[in-house]
Amino acid sequence: MDFITLIQVLDSTVRLATPLLLACLAGLYSERAGIFDIGLEGKMLMAAFFSAAVASVTGNVWLGLLAGIAASMLLSGLHGLASITFRGNQLISGVAINFLAAGLTVLIAQDWFKQGGRTPSLLTEGRFGPLTFPFADSVRDVPMFGPIYSELLSGHSILVYLAFLAVPATWWILYRTRFGLRLRAVGENPAAVDTAGVSVIGLRFAAVAICGLLCGIAGAYLATALQAGFVKDMTAGRGFIALAALIFAKWRPWQAMGACLLFGLLQAVALRFQNIELGSVTIPVQVMDALPYILTVVILAGFVGKAIPPRSGGEPYVKER
Amino acid sequence: MTAPAIELKGISKSFGPVQANKDISIRVAPGTIHGIIGENGAGKSTLMSILYGFYKADKGEIWINGNRTEIPDSQAAIAAGIGMVFQHFKLVENFTVLENIVLGAEDGGLLMPSLSKARKILKELAAEYELHVDPDKRIDEIGVGMQQRVEILKALYRQADILILDEPTGVLTPPEADQLFRILDRLRAEGKTIILITHKLREIMDATDTVSVMRRGQMTATVKTSETSPEHLAELMVGRKVLLRVDKVPAKPGKPIVEIEQLRVVDEAGVERLKGIDLTLRAGEIMGIAGVAGNGQSELLEVLGGMRSGEGVIRLNGVDLPLQGAGSDARARRAAHVAHVPEDRQSEGLIMGFHAWENVAFGYHHAPEYQKGLLMDNAVLRADTEAKMAKFDVRPPDPWLEAKSFSGGNQQKIVVAREIERNPELLLIGQPTRGVDIGAIEFIHKQIVALRDQGKAILLVSVELEEILSLADRVAVMFDGRIMGERAVDETDEKELGLMMAGVAGEVA
Amino acid sequence: MEKMPKWADVVLIPLISLLLAAGLSALVILAIGEDPTAAVKLMVDGALGSSYGWGYTLYYATNFMFTGLAVAVAAHAGLFNIGGEGQAMLGGLGVALICLFIPWPHWTLALLFATLGAGLFGAAWAAIPAYLQAKRGSHIVITTIMFNFIAAAVLNYVLVNVLKPPSSMDPASARFSDTIHLPTLHELLTPLGIAFSKSAPANVSLLVAIAACLAVWLLIWRTPLGFEIRAFGKSEAGARYAGISPVKITIITMMISGALAGMMAINNVMGEAERLVLNATEGAGFIGIAVALMGRNHPFGVFLAAILFGFLYQGGAELALWTNIPRELIVVIQALVILFTGALDNMVRIPLERIFLALRKESN
Repeated sequence: MDFITLIQVLDSTVRLATPLLLACLAGLYSERAGIFDIGLEGKMLMAAFFSAAVASVTGNVWLGLLAGIAASMLLSGLHGLASITFRGNQLISGVAINFLAAGLTVLIAQDWFKQGGRTPSLLTEGRFGPLTFPFADSVRDVPMFGPIYSELLSGHSILVYLAFLAVPATWWILYRTRFGLRLRAVGENPAAVDTAGVSVIGLRFAAVAICGLLCGIAGAYLATALQAGFVKDMTAGRGFIALAALIFAKWRPWQAMGACLLFGLLQAVALRFQNIELGSVTIPVQVMDALPYILTVVILAGFVGKAIPPRSGGEPYVKER
Repeated sequence: MTAPAIELKGISKSFGPVQANKDISIRVAPGTIHGIIGENGAGKSTLMSILYGFYKADKGEIWINGNRTEIPDSQAAIAAGIGMVFQHFKLVENFTVLENIVLGAEDGGLLMPSLSKARKILKELAAEYELHVDPDKRIDEIGVGMQQRVEILKALYRQADILILDEPTGVLTPPEADQLFRILDRLRAEGKTIILITHKLREIMDATDTVSVMRRGQMTATVKTSETSPEHLAELMVGRKVLLRVDKVPAKPGKPIVEIEQLRVVDEAGVERLKGIDLTLRAGEIMGIAGVAGNGQSELLEVLGGMRSGEGVIRLNGVDLPLQGAGSDARARRAAHVAHVPEDRQSEGLIMGFHAWENVAFGYHHAPEYQKGLLMDNAVLRADTEAKMAKFDVRPPDPWLEAKSFSGGNQQKIVVAREIERNPELLLIGQPTRGVDIGAIEFIHKQIVALRDQGKAILLVSVELEEILSLADRVAVMFDGRIMGERAVDETDEKELGLMMAGVAGEVA
Repeated sequence: MEKMPKWADVVLIPLISLLLAAGLSALVILAIGEDPTAAVKLMVDGALGSSYGWGYTLYYATNFMFTGLAVAVAAHAGLFNIGGEGQAMLGGLGVALICLFIPWPHWTLALLFATLGAGLFGAAWAAIPAYLQAKRGSHIVITTIMFNFIAAAVLNYVLVNVLKPPSSMDPASARFSDTIHLPTLHELLTPLGIAFSKSAPANVSLLVAIAACLAVWLLIWRTPLGFEIRAFGKSEAGARYAGISPVKITIITMMISGALAGMMAINNVMGEAERLVLNATEGAGFIGIAVALMGRNHPFGVFLAAILFGFLYQGGAELALWTNIPRELIVVIQALVILFTGALDNMVRIPLERIFLALRKESN
């Protein structure tokens, strides 16, 4: 593989890792607060549709982004209602949200656009365009540095940079602020938070809202930056890969970035090479497709260090007598 | 006269059909230690939870320092100067001591300034009340006594003037408990008001100025501690005269039934829980195991009962029992005539969502008399349940009721009936009377003594020293996975056992 | 004391949840400019109005009985098997291998062994997550989700690289032999003098599914193994106390669950398509979740809920055919049913308990 191919694969890794990273951080906030969320997929899908729909109708991609975020947060609210207010099963609620999004997006798309459950293709103004760094063009021909700077680092949409900036921001919020302390506490032992006079419900709803926000951006990125418009089931399991990355990262922000880049790389390689020839052995493309899931199972099985979720994850909080 | 630090007027609270508090009024003078005593389920914890804003009373008023105060949530309680140390600590295990203390009482959006301020105040509090802890240790790295200090410090950090402690000595060794009471004395001397909730008469007599007695959701009396006696308090708690000692004839120990040699247990986390136990249980004798919770008693019961594996020798009537792999599980133990009343009847001894008749089969669901071909013979099982319920006076005697619908005492009777009626060679029994009313306690104790008198071996584990001293014939004290010593019950006293429980005296057996 | 009578728990709550889901679905239909009553009428006509409609309704219901039972059995052990989809895919592979490579003399024998093969493959696919949960503590929900994706990749690989006839472009296996064609309801009922649509896919697998409902009921409530499964599901510590091995029960229960999900393949692969195609399961594994929730994990409830969802599926297909309402409406309804009967259970339950409490106080 030559250098330019490598840069191209890495460039596509960054693009493909972005939605995973946003969704993974979304899940991190929720699960750190003790609310399991297997509905990341559904929230992204909903956001993808509404961002594309609004961007296509108004021609304004920022309005699209807002609409996507609003739609995703609405589903988050539903998840919060079920799992926090009514202390329902968080896993079941997540499953329901995934189906709700899968069904509603096509239903509404068909009603609005009559194109078989998709939005019209977005034109330039309806999409997030590339952000070109200063001097990206002039250094393009410098060996090594040139391609890295102008191809790999420059030229992504603003949401990509936002996603990667969200990593240090999340770390800082989690470990350096009052909110972060309380968030981590409520996922470990909500009774400690409650008896300290802090609202468990308020904290958990806040976490779920942030989760919705980030999933919204992830979905909008899919439909308005990575691709040009919404198609049925376009998230294609990314919400679950993000979940896998979150477990892989043991619920920590920097590691989440690493995991998402790794899974993004797998997707980029599968996309570019199909079957990979390694000497006499051919790795079929299906193996590349399945690899994130296999890796997650291996991690979960504790063969590569143990992944221990936040202690109160999945448990609705009931005041003890 | 100064206003009471706390005055409750006519507090009532129901949970669905159950009335937990009925028209309760109480006055607590400032700068005193006020005890609240009552049986399990008498409503003590509910009352304190109302005071701490965990529950809202259906009726009644709360007055703090002479002012009517609404306490809708814990935040309001903290603002009113109330701190609470719960029976089960409310600490975040993987946080440091400092983070736990700051949690909920931070000074601003950023963490660092709060933490350094707390570090300073902690130093002052430590000097003032002799409450030393290492602020940078994680909670899961320090012992329970230390964790309790963190809870007290949490309250003091929030400038509490009124401190409520719910059963604070349950997890402490007698010396640790003494230390706690010294701290409480000191707090009282500094003008703090303390409410001590307990079911242990001795603590009330030793530590409190005033004591209120609760029974079945009602406040039956408030008296000066100096003007009462344990017998009187017990009578107020139960509503009739009670025997504080079990009625039994001296034991006639026979041949050894169980011989335990160099028994070791390593738990899932790799910690050695039993470090070489030697113990002999004789026919017709009740062996009590005393010790503070968490010193290996549970593991001893579990390895004997087939709930975990171990190394060493357990010989039952001369036959070695497998301690690992096939034949070492609880089903095999039952087949070898070992019956087990577990420490935690709600999560182990019973399936709370099962009908009473299913619970009577629980653990014995493979027994041939309950089978009909490939299926279970539910009719036989239900008839059997009715018989056992009648014999053990379980109320209500309805086999179709789910276990969770019975009171603690009746739940325990179902477990005891199931295990004792199997006529075991060895009965393992853990915390037989935890959360059980006095009437049922007397009944259960009688059944245990009756089994002893049939020449069976009984191993009794209890954290209640009083229970062991009144029920057992011999007592072995466990500390840190070892047996610190073994005594005949009538040749020892609480003081000697207490020291052994703390690991300071007694010869290693 | 019970907070409310058993019948309210078993019948009233699912019914109210279903009504809520139906009400919201009606609103959705209104919102996209269609008439809900006309839609319902169309669905009833299309799914239940003819033996052709019934034939499809029962065909779908057969799938959902298997997957619903799979979820229900696991739920009794406190396990959430979200991997029915993957297990059903593997079941399909098992059926395909047995039907393609063994020259069966008669369909009865083929059905027997196909059922076993489907069950075996499904059980094996469920056994791995079960083992990992029991022995290594991996969360079974996450691993079964992952195994759905892995199953899709496996099936994709096998169909494209192994089972696809060389001449074909389609990622699908060859057609099964005609001798093992399973009798449809038409073929079964005609000798009895009952006319049934010739082109509907419902077949003899329906009887196997009903037998499975009965067998699961016996297993769960009448056998010592079922006793152990239920006890383990309610309290793991209790199970260990009673000599019930958590590892053993987790693995056995999941294997039974996986086998049931896998057995769906005798209906969709052997009974209908008569070859293995990509995405043969069409999400039936997931519908099993809704069916089990709706049916309160009771085999009879699952039976009824499966027929309800069969009706919705066939009705939904009719809607998509005759109106502007796409089939995805069914996915929305399915989501709402899962939401109300599963996650928002307390929203219905708590007010209902209050009502019953108030009624009791009044009558006292």
